[in-house]
Amino acid sequence: MEEKKLLEIKNLVIQYEVNKVIVEAVNGLDLEVGEGECVGLVGETGAGKTTTALSIMGLIPDPPGRIVSGSIKYQGEELIGAKEKRMRQIRGREISMIFQDPMTSLNPVLKVGDQIMEVILLHEKLSKADATRKAQEMLEMVGIPANRYEEYPHQFSGGMKQRVMIACALACNPHLLIADEPTTALDVTIQAQVLELIAGLKENFNTAMLLITHDLGVVAEVCDRVAVMYAGSIVERGTIRDVYKNTLHPYTEGLFGSLPNLDEDTDRLKPIAGMMPDPSDLPKGCAFSPRCPKATDRCREERPQAAEATPGHFVACFHAAGED
Amino acid sequence: MENLVSVRNLKKYFNTKEGQLHAVDGVNFDIPTGTTLGVVGESGCGKSTLGRVVLHLLEKTDGQIFFDGKDISDVTPKELHELRRQMQIIFQDPFSSIDPRMSVSQLIGEPLKIYKLVKSKEEYNKRVKEIMDIVGLASRLENSYPHELDGGRRQRIGIGRALILNPRFIVCDEPVSALDVSIQAQILNLMQDLQQERKLTYIFITHNLSVVKHISNDIMVMYLGTAVEKSESKELFKHQYHPYTKALISAIPRIDIDHKMERILLKGELASPINPPDACRFAPRCNYACDVCRQSMPPLEEVTPGHFVACHRVRELNDL
Amino acid sequence: MSIFRKKNAKKGPMAEVWRKLKKNKWAMVSLFIIIFLILVALFAPLLCPYDYALQDYEHVLEVPSWAHPFGTDNFGRDIFSRVIFGSRYTVLIGFGCITVSAVVGIALGLIAGYYKKLDGLIMRSIDIVIGMPAMTLLMCLIAVMGISLRNMCIALCITHIPSFARVTRAQVLTLKNQEFIEASVALGANKKRIMLKHILPNALAPNIIEYSLGAGGVVLWSASLSFIGMGVQSPTPEWGLLISEGRQYLRTAPHMAIIPGLTIILLTFVLNYLGDGLRDAMDPRLNK
Repeated sequence: MEEKKLLEIKNLVIQYEVNKVIVEAVNGLDLEVGEGECVGLVGETGAGKTTTALSIMGLIPDPPGRIVSGSIKYQGEELIGAKEKRMRQIRGREISMIFQDPMTSLNPVLKVGDQIMEVILLHEKLSKADATRKAQEMLEMVGIPANRYEEYPHQFSGGMKQRVMIACALACNPHLLIADEPTTALDVTIQAQVLELIAGLKENFNTAMLLITHDLGVVAEVCDRVAVMYAGSIVERGTIRDVYKNTLHPYTEGLFGSLPNLDEDTDRLKPIAGMMPDPSDLPKGCAFSPRCPKATDRCREERPQAAEATPGHFVACFHAAGED
Repeated sequence: MENLVSVRNLKKYFNTKEGQLHAVDGVNFDIPTGTTLGVVGESGCGKSTLGRVVLHLLEKTDGQIFFDGKDISDVTPKELHELRRQMQIIFQDPFSSIDPRMSVSQLIGEPLKIYKLVKSKEEYNKRVKEIMDIVGLASRLENSYPHELDGGRRQRIGIGRALILNPRFIVCDEPVSALDVSIQAQILNLMQDLQQERKLTYIFITHNLSVVKHISNDIMVMYLGTAVEKSESKELFKHQYHPYTKALISAIPRIDIDHKMERILLKGELASPINPPDACRFAPRCNYACDVCRQSMPPLEEVTPGHFVACHRVRELNDL
Repeated sequence: MSIFRKKNAKKGPMAEVWRKLKKNKWAMVSLFIIIFLILVALFAPLLCPYDYALQDYEHVLEVPSWAHPFGTDNFGRDIFSRVIFGSRYTVLIGFGCITVSAVVGIALGLIAGYYKKLDGLIMRSIDIVIGMPAMTLLMCLIAVMGISLRNMCIALCITHIPSFARVTRAQVLTLKNQEFIEASVALGANKKRIMLKHILPNALAPNIIEYSLGAGGVVLWSASLSFIGMGVQSPTPEWGLLISEGRQYLRTAPHMAIIPGLTIILLTFVLNYLGDGLRDAMDPRLNK
């Protein structure tokens, strides 16, 4: 895999301090996104997905959050510790983000078109008229007739609002789009429409994407590669085929076992026992060991590092390379 | 098998400023004892309203509800009070559906107090412990408060509350939608076990088709207050005849990367359920809509044994 | 977010509020002063060195000394004893009136919020009370009923009912539509149970703040009424009345008015401070 890396995260550690308790939100995370590539970041509530996304944007609330160590490189440029002025240039122009909740992400008292135009004016030296024209183009591109430019967010449905958010995020042609659960709040048929739009971006604009979701199905639909996150670190990452067809980490296996399958009939689901560990009190060894059916004493004592099982397929588990 | 719950031509209209909102518009179904009817549909299709009307949490506009062979469409408050012991509900949101100021044991034991079912403190504690054990809540959590617990445990409280009265029928309104997949699977298994042990009858309301397929015996697909397709669960996932069901099932993101289905994209979004015309509710988004679809509402017809579809063009489109 | 879950929260939501309040130093100091003043009021006869009405013409208008810590007034009465005894009236009127107002107001708010049919009637009557300037209303009520301690208390209660009723009604209206109320209905709970067990406890929080701030208000109003002669009558040593009496000697013996004035300031100050502290402790947005 010698293609050029657009985004490279190495050994990222982020902590929150709440009421004198230290919460390890992100815990030695490695992640790469290539030029024009779509990477899925999958994990459950509290796995640290959103924290990771915010750290790339330089938006970790500090305090209580703190990036303890690690590096985030965008096109070779270190983003941790970058000047706020530089981050402002990068945000929106180079890296954009779409948030989960389209209902609250738009300002209710501004026209939708103007909200897109504002982003354009912020980053590009265009006249107001040109920016307006461009905003209209963006609306058309996400499938909203340009004549709805003058309307307000409350006149739009959830799916339409999410389209507007996507238009805002894409207004300046970013290289990297971070989408945080972009379809979670939407109905299935609307989700299908939005996913189609997102898949189209990759083809038409060569936009790279980091798609954060808890839905393995969504990842399978649009992503090239996937990283599975558990308790602040990546337990398994590789191409979709590697991870879905040759699953190596017990947590990933557990996730698949928890999903009712549409195409096969299963009488009983095989859920993962127990629940997510308290991020302020992580187990000493492998974070998944208390819930893992394969856990041994070594797992409980020592933290497994990610190892390359097959080229490009990394797994952080002592049992992945050996017996299986 | 006997039908525990039957519903005939059930209607629920809400009066709004803009006009009459047809939330549920002439729905029929029967649920045999000990089985699950899955109700699927997207937000705004009236599935939650349907569940609440069956339980008398909302008053119906028209139609009949039968429970255990008795017509319970119009009951006195006293009869309803007794009826509630047998019919329960589990809510979607484990955060807003339990009183934040009550402890776990108070929450689970509340129904016992309402119906004055226990005579002593010991008996009360025993019954609460029993239920906590059944729904998988550690007894050390007895005095915890909801805000200290995660979604999965809260949902277990919700289930415990519903179970303690030994009901025969439970409406499950999106009980796992707010939960993470690994927790979701635990709760689904729990609900299945309980059904087998206690011969429970469920209405399982959800927007998640994979979940509904997994847990239901029969499935009813709803669109804007009407049932568009109804059949045995496995049959429905093998053959879909209604254009909406087809689109809905094809739109689910699949984890099986080798067997991709062709996605049928629907145009537009849900129409308004206020003062709907006498026409097929799905016609404005349907790729096959013709004049007849816009002029009258199609009835729910049996197209193959046990498989009901409400579409004017079902036979010609599916070569039946 | 789940990672912000607090570890040391072990009890119910009220215990959580108490835990946060304990961290607020000034609110705690205020609470102790309030408790102290209530104790003083209760045990006033034991604490007074002199009879509060005892006149001593040999020591008139004396400045504070060891014998008379707060000095004496124009009749030679010991001001220290009068202030201590006066706390009975001021503190007890304050808490007594606000308690009655709270009980009535919360009940009205509950009914108005829960029963749509009575909402209009109750809330419009309350609007009438709010619609008049408080002082005018108080004076009108007392003028109609006659000047006496009891009538002043009744008037004070009436004027403080609306804020409780309004706050409670607003709470009930939001609570009423929450799912856990529907859940109780589904479990077969009747209206009484839902109101008393589920809605009332959840609606109380903002009322506690209202109570603390309102008590300060009542103290000020009763002092004002006594000052203008529409409340407690001489020789009863109510604090407002003490200021009124001291007014004529402000130049020759300023301590006569200043000392009771300071005690009123102290009491209203700590009540407001406690109210603010409670508000902060109960506001979930200030959690971090």
